[in-house]
Amino acid sequence: MPVLISATHGIHTPEDVVAVRQAVRQRAVELGFNLVDQTKLVTAASELARNTLQYGGGGAVLIEGIGDGLRRGLRLTFEDKGPGIADIDEALRGGFSTAGGLGLGLSGARRLSNEFQIESRPGEGTRVTITRWR
Amino acid sequence: MERIPILKMGEYLLVTIQVDMHDRVAMTLQDDLTARIVSAHAKGVLIDISALEIVDSFIGRMLGDLAAMSRVLAAETVVVGMRPAVAITLVELGLSLTGVRTALNVERGMELLRRRIAEQGRDGAGSD
Repeated sequence: MPVLISATHGIHTPEDVVAVRQAVRQRAVELGFNLVDQTKLVTAASELARNTLQYGGGGAVLIEGIGDGLRRGLRLTFEDKGPGIADIDEALRGGFSTAGGLGLGLSGARRLSNEFQIESRPGEGTRVTITRWR
Repeated sequence: MERIPILKMGEYLLVTIQVDMHDRVAMTLQDDLTARIVSAHAKGVLIDISALEIVDSFIGRMLGDLAAMSRVLAAETVVVGMRPAVAITLVELGLSLTGVRTALNVERGMELLRRRIAEQGRDGAGSD
C-alpha cells in the first residue's frame, strides 16, 4: 500500500495527546474525510494516545496517509515500550466495568476503525495499528 | 496552568469548555466546579460543550463524574450543545453518558434546570 504522507509524533505528556489529536484532524481533513469520519478518527487517536501515555509509559504514533489509486485512508500506528498487555482478549472485551480505562479505550478505538491490529508482549511493549478508509 | 472559567448566573453556574482540554485541565475543572457549587450555593450547572470537537472516554467519564458530584451537592447538571458528529462517535465508542442530562443549547438547558428545580421544590416541600 503506497504511503502518500507520513509523520511521527512523540507521546510523553498530556499536551502531546492534544497535539496528536490536532495532527490527526489535520491529516483527515487533507485526505477529504467527512466531519463524522474525522471525529471518529480523532476520537480513536485520542483513546490510543492516552493508552500509550498512561499504560505504555509514553511512546510515539506514526500517522500515514495511504492510498492505492482506488481509495485513500489514514493509518495510525501507536507504539510503546511499556509493560505490554498480558491478556489482549480481556483488554479488548470492552471493560465498561473498568469505568473507561484501558478496556473502553482499546475496544472503542477498534469500533471506530475499519481495520485494527494489536501486538503486545509482556515486558516488551505494545503496538496498535488502526486504519480508516474514506 | 490553564483553567476553564465558571460563570455564575443567578442560582446557576455556566461552564463553557472552549479549549481542546488535556487531561489535567479536566481534573482541575472537577475541583473548581465542586468548590464553586458550594461557595455559590448553586442549584444547577450548565456545561456547554458546543466548542468540543470530540468527546472521548476520558471526557465522557469526566462529564458523568461532574454530574454525579453535583447531584451529591444538591445541584442539577445539564450538558448542552453536543455536536451531532460527537454524539454519533460517542455512541459508537460505547459511551451513552448514562445519568447525564442533555439539552440542545444553553437556553433549553436553562429551561430544563428551572423545571427540574421547581419540581424538586414541590416534591420536597413537605419533607424539607
